[in-house]
Amino acid sequence: MSDNITITIDGVEIPAKQGQTIMQAADDAGVYIPRLCAYNGLEPHGSCRVCTIKINGRFQAACTQPVAPGAIIENETDEINDIRKSIVEMFFVEGNHFCMFCEKSGNCELQALAYRLKIPAPRYPFLWPDRQVDASHPDVIIDKNRCVLCGRCVRASKDLDGKDVFGFVGRGPDKQLAIDATARLVDTDLDVRDKAIDACPVGSIMKKRVGFAIPIGQRKYDKKPIGSDIEDKNK
Amino acid sequence: MANDEKPKVATASLAGCFGCHMSILDIDDRILKLIELVDFNKSPIDDIKTFTARCAVGLIEGGCCNEENVHNLQEFRKNCDILISLGDCATMGGIPAMRNNIPLQECLDEAYLNGPTVHNPSGIIPSDPELPLLLNKVYPCHEVVKIDYHIPGCPPSADTIWEMLVALLTGKKIDLPYGLIKYD
Repeated sequence: MSDNITITIDGVEIPAKQGQTIMQAADDAGVYIPRLCAYNGLEPHGSCRVCTIKINGRFQAACTQPVAPGAIIENETDEINDIRKSIVEMFFVEGNHFCMFCEKSGNCELQALAYRLKIPAPRYPFLWPDRQVDASHPDVIIDKNRCVLCGRCVRASKDLDGKDVFGFVGRGPDKQLAIDATARLVDTDLDVRDKAIDACPVGSIMKKRVGFAIPIGQRKYDKKPIGSDIEDKNK
Repeated sequence: MANDEKPKVATASLAGCFGCHMSILDIDDRILKLIELVDFNKSPIDDIKTFTARCAVGLIEGGCCNEENVHNLQEFRKNCDILISLGDCATMGGIPAMRNNIPLQECLDEAYLNGPTVHNPSGIIPSDPELPLLLNKVYPCHEVVKIDYHIPGCPPSADTIWEMLVALLTGKKIDLPYGLIKYD
């Protein structure tokens, strides 16, 4: 059997290879599927569900679901986009996200998803959780108010940096990001050059002293929506 | 068109910084076009303190941090056909909501007793009946009354406000282009 197959996304046939995920095949074909916990170079996590698509009528995560010959996939439909919106809105109300003074604003993937999905305000009540900031490290700060539990730092630290700086503790609504030290980030072997820091999609893990090197208004998602780099392949 | 036929717009600044009102004024010379389209009713812009007529559009800056904000917001809901949350404080709580995971008493103690720059020999925390009672938390407007439209931004750009108002007043579909929905 040939490795080359064809799948259909929103009525358009695209080529795919056996063993690819739907997200990989879509990326190669210049079709953007919104995502948050998926990150190039890391094993997919399948946890945020922002990349929810419908395959043959069933909801699946595009980052973990393998392609199958003749799969009929829905991506940009009102139904699915409303689910994605609702997930992004939950991220906003479950943390403390203050874009107006966040150093990551304009480069933040959570904010960029909200812009792309045109979310004017979350539909859910805000929870205002009590979260901690750890600025003990000389070069890096963790602000858990902004953490969305995507696990990208956890995976990047383990798989790309060969360390184990980050992990999760707690369950359900109490789940939170933890570090490999009893108390402070400075006591871990985190280095400012670690890929785990760049992997953070939001302003939760930030390098110190470079926050405003690029001014607000000239940042990655200020002019072009998130996913444009993938969609531009089609132009 | 005679003056009294124009739709009326009211505005208020609740728990906000007046930055969103500054942004309304930032529409610059388009404000001349705006006053051809509308009359302003209750608003800090013309200093009309109470509603004198039913309004087509109410613009609310700021969320609710005290009972007066809630009362004011409810008045707007009663008197306006369309109520719009203007800016991040109204839509998401904004900067004032930073107190939301700190108990209210701790906030007052910090402000009036323990803060590093506090000079308050009497040790009194203001509690005059004239002062509006603080709420336990700061609430975005849509958690208090029904809000019809939200314009995020800190502040929303003048272009965003203009596009939104003109679309509403001329009965067009509101579809803000990318770059006009901003949270910063």
